[in-house]
Amino acid sequence: MNIFEWSFLSGVLTATAPVLLAALGGLLCQVAGVFNIALEGQLLWGAFTAVVVSDATGSAWAGVAGAIIATVLFSGLLSGASVRLKADPIVVAVGLNLLALGLTAFLMRQIFGSGGTYSSPDLAGLPTLAELGLDIPVLGPQSPLVPLALLLVVAMAWWLTRTRSGLRLRGAGQHLEAAEAVGLPVAAYRHGVTLAAGALCGLAGAQLSLGNVTLFSEGMSAGRGWIAVVAVMLSSVLPYRLLLACLLFGVAEAFGFRLQGAGLPQQAADAAPYVITLVALVLAAVWRRRSHEHA
Amino acid sequence: MTDLAAELIGVSKRFGPVLANDGIDLAVARGEVHAVVGENGAGKSTLMSILYGLHRPDAGEIRRDGQRITLRSPADAIRHGLGMVHQRFRLFPDLTVAENIVIGAEPVRRGHLDRAAAHRAVAALSEKYGLRADPSALVRGLPVGVRQRVEILRALYRDAEILILDEPTAVLTPGETDRLFEVLRTVAATGVSILLVTHKLSEVMAVGDRVTVLRQGRVTGRFTTRETNANELVNAMIGRSLTPPAPKRAQPPQENPVLEVRDLTIHDADGVARLSEVSLSVHPGEIVGLAGVAGSGQRELIDSVTGLRGAVPGVFLAGTPVLSGRDPRVAYVPEDRHGRATAPGMSVAENILMGAQRELGSRWSLPRAAVKKRAKDLVERFSISAASVDIPISALSGGNAQKAVLARELTRPSHVVVAEEPTQGVDVGVRERVHALLLAARDEGAAILLQSSELSELRELADRILVLYEGRVVAEFQGDAHETDIGRAMTGATE
Repeated sequence: MNIFEWSFLSGVLTATAPVLLAALGGLLCQVAGVFNIALEGQLLWGAFTAVVVSDATGSAWAGVAGAIIATVLFSGLLSGASVRLKADPIVVAVGLNLLALGLTAFLMRQIFGSGGTYSSPDLAGLPTLAELGLDIPVLGPQSPLVPLALLLVVAMAWWLTRTRSGLRLRGAGQHLEAAEAVGLPVAAYRHGVTLAAGALCGLAGAQLSLGNVTLFSEGMSAGRGWIAVVAVMLSSVLPYRLLLACLLFGVAEAFGFRLQGAGLPQQAADAAPYVITLVALVLAAVWRRRSHEHA
Repeated sequence: MTDLAAELIGVSKRFGPVLANDGIDLAVARGEVHAVVGENGAGKSTLMSILYGLHRPDAGEIRRDGQRITLRSPADAIRHGLGMVHQRFRLFPDLTVAENIVIGAEPVRRGHLDRAAAHRAVAALSEKYGLRADPSALVRGLPVGVRQRVEILRALYRDAEILILDEPTAVLTPGETDRLFEVLRTVAATGVSILLVTHKLSEVMAVGDRVTVLRQGRVTGRFTTRETNANELVNAMIGRSLTPPAPKRAQPPQENPVLEVRDLTIHDADGVARLSEVSLSVHPGEIVGLAGVAGSGQRELIDSVTGLRGAVPGVFLAGTPVLSGRDPRVAYVPEDRHGRATAPGMSVAENILMGAQRELGSRWSLPRAAVKKRAKDLVERFSISAASVDIPISALSGGNAQKAVLARELTRPSHVVVAEEPTQGVDVGVRERVHALLLAARDEGAAILLQSSELSELRELADRILVLYEGRVVAEFQGDAHETDIGRAMTGATE
């Protein structure tokens, strides 16, 4: 096993992409002062709606668009309840996560006639870059959403620090009274970022169910949304650091996959990325506290 | 003065049963420093919030340059040339000084934030008004004095023609206060009107052109500073005159000190000395004042004396070492009223009880009736105005919460009283009452260590004043020493 093989790096990107897309949504919320822990449910909802629309239309891109629209609507529940009706966002988000789990399982039986896993020849997956004529190492076997995720990291870093709206968004997230005192429409920002996170989670879900694989199975987000939440917390709201945190998960998952091939029990291989990410979170927290004490 | 920048006419505002503003008229002339004074709860903050669009008045109107205007939000107020420096600063901690100033009206070039232009604009304003601040510094690490400058610069950057400052000197040292007043004079000279909300009369006399006095939501006096004096203002503020300060204790105490600190040195986590070889003693029946600019070691010294820093070697109470974790022999009036001094969510009765629960109850139970009765007695004795002893203490005004803390601490059997900024943020009436309580305790033989950033307070109360500078006691004065001498010692200047 050689971890410097192109195929390993490619596996890392595949594993990273859905987490990264969801985490970008979480980061956006964090910047504006919304702690969004509904990423898991949104990701699952996005994955499901992508499959439903792709299956019905035979077009993967229609599936992507459908997932974005459906997940924006879904996250409208979060922004409506927490920003407008001032409900506790944590409680609402927990509710949404449970709702996504139950609703996708229920609708799956209604639409596809059975639970568990759904896959069909009618279900169009996303094309790879290689199929689109861009046969390069690492990125070749990926869907176009993977390079898009990487570009979004760069775009978000630029936007947050170099533009007027980015600066205002950062301000709105840091100090509510200060933002109101300089006349920023904080509530509008919070609605905006919550809905944008929905769009990104829709993309993430589509990548998961139409890019990484071409199927839907119950609970297939499998904690990736929670890993995204952790990545946001590790990132100190810096997009490049967010990318690093997501890559860490991607490496761990790809590595676990390889180990499984080398005879490690599947349960251990499945658990590896979560364990590694948890350890990293603890270490980062310890390190940050130390550096604060010295400051 | 006929050239009015802003007028409030017949402004009223009601919060539930409380009429916070009752038909207030206030006229601000162009380029004047107009002080708005009154006790806590007199309605100053409400009035300023209305003028800054944070509250909407129930009745009355606001005029700018003679035109009637409606303010629905701070954004409206900013558009109408109003700027406000809040008592609790409204700055973004993780943005730079320049970003904090330009946010909301950022210079943009080809879709990008124009940092260079922002820095230039900030530098130009700094230069013009003598408000120095590094545009690229993060606000998080800045001292309060500089943060305040950033708030003022922000308002000026947004072309404020009326600048409202809410209790701006509460967080400043005497030196910084003087600097601020110079700046306010400079700003006013350019035609900007300044509304200075305060309850410190010395400041009003020092920097104000005109004064409007509020009491219980109404205007009770309008004065021109040149033609009035502090007594007249006090009369308008509290409806009576203050009694003259009590005479200092006649003779020095002869007994042994009850609080003794010997060669106390304390290092922080980085090994920097926060206190160096500090020695002091406090005798029964004396008040020892502790002066110094913020961060000179007051926190460490007080935490050592109260036992909050653990059993620090070198601190003795009645001849025995201080006990770790709040020595019960110390009565402590902390500066942090809603953190250390009280449990904000608990009732007035419970807060007043804390520390005395063993006297009233057994190990397993607390008789509610006795707790309530004790609280009611103390509320009456210390003239605390509370609707009931069952409401949370955080519902009391700052002055009444402070009186409740004093009621608890001064009635406990203790050797030493440690009082930290006991009159910060309270009005003159409460201040007078707090001072009387401390003096009465002293006359009954209490040993009191009093830390205050207000020199006038130390000079009124203390028998001796020790000056801390960079963790050392650099000077000792008699209580009636000249303010400038103490001030000089606070900056580390040696003769």
